[in-house]
Amino acid sequence: MTAITHRLGSETLTAGRLPKATIPVAIAASAVLGYALAVLASGTANIGLAILFAFLVFLVTVEITTRVVEGARQAADRRAGNLIAGAFLLALVPLGSVTFEAVSNGLARFDLAFFTQSMRNVVGEGGGAVHAIYGTVYVTGMATVISVPIGLLTAIYLAEYGVRNRLSKAITFFVDVMTGVPSIVAGLFAYALMGLLLGPGARSGFEGSIALSVLMIPVVVRSCEELLRLVPNELREAAYALGVPKWLTIVRVVIPTAISGIISGVILAIARVIGETAPLLIAAGFTASLNNNLFANPMMTLPVFVYDSYAHPGTDVQVYWDRAWAGALTLILIVMILNLVGRLIARRFAPKTGR
Amino acid sequence: MTQKLTRPGTSRGAEPGPGTGAPDPKRRGDRVFRGFAMGAGILILVILALVAAFLLIQGSPALFADPAKLISQGYGEFLPWVLPYAFGTVWAAILALVLAVPVAVGIALFISHYSPRRLAQPLGYVIDLLAAVPSVVFGLWGSLVLAPAARPLYEWLSANLGFIPLFSGTVSGTGRTIFTAAIVLATMVLPIITSMCREVFLQAPRLHEEAALALGATRWEMVKMAVFPFARPGIIAAVMLGLGRALGETMAVTMVLSGTRNITFELLTSENPNTIAATVAQNFPEAFGLKTSQLIAAGLVLFLITLVVNMIARWIVSRRAEFSGAN
Amino acid sequence: MSKRIETTDLNVYYSDFRAVEDVTITIQPRAITAFIGPSGCGKSTFLRTLNRMHEVIPGARVEGEVLLDGENLYGAGVDPVRVRRQVGMVFQRPNPFPTMSIRENVLAGIKLNFSRMPKGEQDDLVERSLRSANLWEEVKNRLGLPGSGLSGGQQQRRCIARAIAMAPAVLLMDEPCSALDPISTLAIEDLMSELKEKYTIVIVTHNMQQAARVSDTTAFFNIAGTGSPGRLIESGPTDKIFSTPDVQATEDYISGRFG
Repeated sequence: MTAITHRLGSETLTAGRLPKATIPVAIAASAVLGYALAVLASGTANIGLAILFAFLVFLVTVEITTRVVEGARQAADRRAGNLIAGAFLLALVPLGSVTFEAVSNGLARFDLAFFTQSMRNVVGEGGGAVHAIYGTVYVTGMATVISVPIGLLTAIYLAEYGVRNRLSKAITFFVDVMTGVPSIVAGLFAYALMGLLLGPGARSGFEGSIALSVLMIPVVVRSCEELLRLVPNELREAAYALGVPKWLTIVRVVIPTAISGIISGVILAIARVIGETAPLLIAAGFTASLNNNLFANPMMTLPVFVYDSYAHPGTDVQVYWDRAWAGALTLILIVMILNLVGRLIARRFAPKTGR
Repeated sequence: MTQKLTRPGTSRGAEPGPGTGAPDPKRRGDRVFRGFAMGAGILILVILALVAAFLLIQGSPALFADPAKLISQGYGEFLPWVLPYAFGTVWAAILALVLAVPVAVGIALFISHYSPRRLAQPLGYVIDLLAAVPSVVFGLWGSLVLAPAARPLYEWLSANLGFIPLFSGTVSGTGRTIFTAAIVLATMVLPIITSMCREVFLQAPRLHEEAALALGATRWEMVKMAVFPFARPGIIAAVMLGLGRALGETMAVTMVLSGTRNITFELLTSENPNTIAATVAQNFPEAFGLKTSQLIAAGLVLFLITLVVNMIARWIVSRRAEFSGAN
Repeated sequence: MSKRIETTDLNVYYSDFRAVEDVTITIQPRAITAFIGPSGCGKSTFLRTLNRMHEVIPGARVEGEVLLDGENLYGAGVDPVRVRRQVGMVFQRPNPFPTMSIRENVLAGIKLNFSRMPKGEQDDLVERSLRSANLWEEVKNRLGLPGSGLSGGQQQRRCIARAIAMAPAVLLMDEPCSALDPISTLAIEDLMSELKEKYTIVIVTHNMQQAARVSDTTAFFNIAGTGSPGRLIESGPTDKIFSTPDVQATEDYISGRFG
């Protein structure tokens, strides 16, 4: 019997380690160097270019020092870590840029007139999006009225009745497929449907609601189903044991327990479709005036307003683009507020179920 | 004194004694309610079928019309007309994925395995915010902010790497190229791919990860050994979902590109291929008669393409769910 | 209003798997019957067939008959919902409805069924049920509150009050004390002894001291091995089962040799 001996590099546990200060120092050094390179390359101090060069310099520096001091494996590890963190920071660029541009360009027309006037008889300056804001509320509201019952009932079927049977498997599969229906196809569907019912060329707010419902239903189904499944089975059994029929158990025990989550899911679904443009462009159409009738004549909506202001500017382009940015800012604010409210409701009012 | 167990006729129980109501309509309630729930589920299947059916009905005049009639009253013969757009759709989506997938996988890894546990959820929210930005806003941003900002980059690429066919040709003066559109599309599909990858990465078996670390693996080696092999089908499905979204996304392309109907792989010129969705959006408001039918038929083509892509994605996901089991 | 339960050759299946085999037993009214046995021996499954709660699990079915004072629970036209209004159940872990107050929880069986009842009668029923559950004094000042601050034992007594409020003939208890501390367990055991004056009580328990302390009759269930169905090995007066059982397996289990 001989003892097994290995020689895996050195026998000590403290192999070469970079001192802790290395990374901050490397960051600072590459920032300076990156900036210098950017100025050298383009003649001006372009921030984007400077950051790009700085990141490359940083990668190379860390690679070389780590490879020398700690070895190739550690260098690969650090390289991967840096690239992964870089990917995350990269994603923040468009997010930050969109927010910044929407706020800085949108504030120019984010005024009282924007929220009190329509575009009726407006050719140049002035005017507002009140007709589009009303339209968005009508169209999205109607879409919610259509989608929530269908979505919730389907979720109930999936979670409570059709557990693992064929029909529920098919529904689950196609609900997932439906999430991937292109939004413009949903618009074409609504247009084709109403075209058959009312004759070709019909456009109305309701048609827009149908288009949005196609996009909204699968979202509602998925979130409601998930929430109903979270309700502990013990509560259902408690109700059954009291001689409560299944449907009353669902209506009076399961749904009330999950209600905050369901409401928040619905709000998030609204947030998801309220910014849809393409289907409304097709189905609800354009108009410069306020239209309070959901069932006849085109109805303007906020996203379409943004698109229209951008794509069909009058003589003074900047005036129209300012309105487009103001509309974009409004839209972002609405979506952010809906998201916030949805998440708050979900967190705040969740009942304490069992333990 | 006895309560009957069967349905008709009830008598009061003894003490404490609740009244158990009339001859029981509640049991009928069960059937009715179940019927409603099932009906809603079936309705969804019907809607999906109707989407295809109506597009077919309203698009069929263009599909089966005499080519000569299409040339005079429509946009031209259907297949030769739609194919360049189909190419544009697929090409833009592929470009977007090439840009988005590495970044999305990186972000997902950052959130699941590199950031501190406590930060994982807030960081996830930040990326979800990207998904919350309406597409029309991205379109506006892409065309008015990104395009001018990216123009110097395009000029540099063309000057220094112009020998690569992708970067050849005259650089667009506005920066509104298919490359810009692809960047915007990539930004929009990024959160979708990220959130799904993140979920899959988080499900990677802890035991395997710890086993890898216990063998002396670095974090990156652990990810390669224990996370990626487990997550591969999930990543593929996420990419397919992103592809589905990129194929159908309308506004970003509509607003960034003034596309034409040509097939080219050059990324930086002002002669860009257009997508089906953007063509429909740009032309639909003014279209009438046969032109409307032709655009609807184009929508049907788009619907079928995305349907196939999504079904493949979902099929991969469901297969994975069956294999993964509990861990 | 206590009733006798008799089963003859009762078999319970989950899809194709036979979980319980040929159980024939008579459960006496105004007494506590305890089911004991190792895990997985089918005692809980059998208990759930006594108010048709097993039907909640997809694929579960029963062959044989369960007679409640001579009326077959599985006869033609019998409505499981009605069965459960007569045969109440208390679960392993307290499962109050989190969206309802203490009072609403006690009235849940009536309210959830939309049965009408004047407010005075309701108040009366709440008080009587809570008194029967030995909980009245502890909660009478906070009936309108959700009661999430109650201890586990109080929660469980609240669930017992909820079951009693339906005026059942039988009370099934599926390991009602397994999630409770010893003090709360004692309170529930005292309560059971009081309740047996009015109800037929059947309790499943893993705790043999508990069975010995509270029950009048004990039934021992066992399985031959994994995958084989659970069977009733023997049943009889608790004193006899715990001192001189007829079957060796019972003695082995009771003396702690397995299980």
